Amino acid sequence: MSILLNEKTKVLIQGITGRMAQFHAKEMMDYGTNVVAGVTPGKGGAVVEGVPVFNTVKDAVEATGAEASLVFVPPPFAADSIMEAADAGIRYCVCITDGIPAQDMMRVKRYMKRYRAENRMVLTGPNCAGTISPGKSFLGIMPPHIYMEGPVGIVGRSGTLGYEAASQLAELGIGVSTSVGIGGDPINGSSFRDILELFEHDAQTEVIALIGEIGGPQEAEAAEYIRDHMTKPVVAYVAGLTAPKGRTMGHAGAIISAFGESASEKVEILSAAGVTVAEHPSAIGETIASVM
Amino acid sequence: MDIHEYQAKEILSEFGVTVPAGGLAYSPEQAAYRAREMGGDKWIVKAQVHAGGRGKAGGVKVCCDDNEIMDAASSMLGKKLVTHQTGPEGKGVYRLYVEAAVPIEREIYLGFVLDRTSQRIMIVASSEGGMEIEEISADRPDSIVRATIDPAGGLADFQAREIAFKLGIEPASTQHMVRTLKGCYRAFRDLDATMVEINPLVVTTDNRIIALDAKMTFDDNALFRRSNVAELRDKSQEDPRESHAADRGLSYVGLDGNIGCIVNGAGLAMATMDTIKLAGGEPANFLDIGGGATPERVAKAFRLVKSDAKVEAILVNIFAGINRCDWVAEGVVQALREEPMDMPIIVRLSGTNVEEGQKILAESGLPIIRAATLKEAADRSVAAWKADQATNTKLKAV
Repeated sequence: MSILLNEKTKVLIQGITGRMAQFHAKEMMDYGTNVVAGVTPGKGGAVVEGVPVFNTVKDAVEATGAEASLVFVPPPFAADSIMEAADAGIRYCVCITDGIPAQDMMRVKRYMKRYRAENRMVLTGPNCAGTISPGKSFLGIMPPHIYMEGPVGIVGRSGTLGYEAASQLAELGIGVSTSVGIGGDPINGSSFRDILELFEHDAQTEVIALIGEIGGPQEAEAAEYIRDHMTKPVVAYVAGLTAPKGRTMGHAGAIISAFGESASEKVEILSAAGVTVAEHPSAIGETIASVM
Repeated sequence: MDIHEYQAKEILSEFGVTVPAGGLAYSPEQAAYRAREMGGDKWIVKAQVHAGGRGKAGGVKVCCDDNEIMDAASSMLGKKLVTHQTGPEGKGVYRLYVEAAVPIEREIYLGFVLDRTSQRIMIVASSEGGMEIEEISADRPDSIVRATIDPAGGLADFQAREIAFKLGIEPASTQHMVRTLKGCYRAFRDLDATMVEINPLVVTTDNRIIALDAKMTFDDNALFRRSNVAELRDKSQEDPRESHAADRGLSYVGLDGNIGCIVNGAGLAMATMDTIKLAGGEPANFLDIGGGATPERVAKAFRLVKSDAKVEAILVNIFAGINRCDWVAEGVVQALREEPMDMPIIVRLSGTNVEEGQKILAESGLPIIRAATLKEAADRSVAAWKADQATNTKLKAV
């Protein structure tokens, strides 16, 4: 089994009538993703790539039984779309949108607390490349052909660095169970820790690759979870060893602002928790191979 | 986005925070006039730059008459102020703020930040004002008071009172402190700030709570709905390379080395810089072309990186998902055809449409060094740069 997503998962795409969304909807369907619906307010009744479009997520869920959603909505409206998905009973939501105001995400996180933990939607992103369970399904904008199916779970902030890891693994003939992007924003949905917990309990996953970067407390939080609760080996790489303090490095969240947020401090914290750290990004693949 | 102290004070005072009387000045004469206008016998002349540490760098001066004000103003205006936060190049001083001095009883530190652990707005305060928060947390961590604010309910009066009492504010000033805290919170929330810092916030000898300094930073992602804030942008305080790039939809961070990097995705950009450093080189910058980059955007990125005089080699490292390698290759070829470059160009492409991209590069007949992996790209960039430097030195010697 993979985590979060498989070939049966019924997927809806919010913002499906947009140009980029249409392109990626087709890519996803060609790969085998079970796309059952689209939502664009005011465009209900339209059909995109053979998929029916609804005005609201509730309508789409009622008509098609959609369980997962991909939010492909522009930044000013994306937070609202995530809340709409949570309220309509979507189980898993991936938000691709880059540039959502931080306080909007703060409100989303607060809003999601109104649901009991067992009914609460799992959110990954925003500002991520999405999630792929190779050979089964993907929700996002990644190039799916670079991923082989296999035993390695990948979780990372950066999309392109995730591709880098997957292609290094493929070179070595090693595949991936699920690769999850948690996004580069300061306030995001699932944390490293949340995804590690899913991998720990997934039968297909044998090794986990954690790809972090400078800024924020989530790598340190993950280290604590790994030390106390994980039985599977974890390999990590942390980007930004050369990043100066106090400068935002592309991702809104990639800024060293407190103790424990620089790459070298994160490497130290992760190593102390028993994680095998890849010294440089080209060594992610071989480091994973070495612990298998 | 950062704004100036006087702008932050104007905003905060609209939200009920008390600030000293003050006026903006663009010349020494105007500074003296501002002081006369507000009256009193002691004034502070403050350089308006987007950086902290002004006091130690000579950007804040206490004056007692017109001559002192004009001297202080002349010593600052038009100069570069170098503080520990500006970097060695400093920031230009083009505006001054002249303020009436207030009688200080004690100084407090007050900050509002977006806390990533609780994912809420957090108040960080300390009874040890005047020092920077980094120093306070190193020297007097016990003096720091923290509280997170539930976005659903906002900052409650009781929370504000708790903070006031923990900071040792006298009962006579508690209500004023509550108003100050709530004003800062509302300004933070209503204007999409990411940071509000008042250091120091002072209690005056007559029990008033006054913001002597003020710093606000705003969420760039929210400027689309905060046009009043967006108007306060001051390009004179930004790295010209970075604002030039931002105006063209590119994300650019200037660094000190000599290998220019054009990459997609922040994580890959940081990893590329790390790999260059491990290969023995130094990155000159970090330019992220983002997703869905057209050949024109790639060509623009090329021109921008090349316009930096420090750049002596350019590495393009693209792992395309939402991007297309063929478009990137077209952009590279377009930029090089327009303007041949006298420095090594290294290109590594991977992902979507990689074969088409490689074909475009190969058929262009341009002297582009190609690489298959990240490590190879970094190694070849550093090697090519070194070889190029050696040849140039030889040429100069001849």
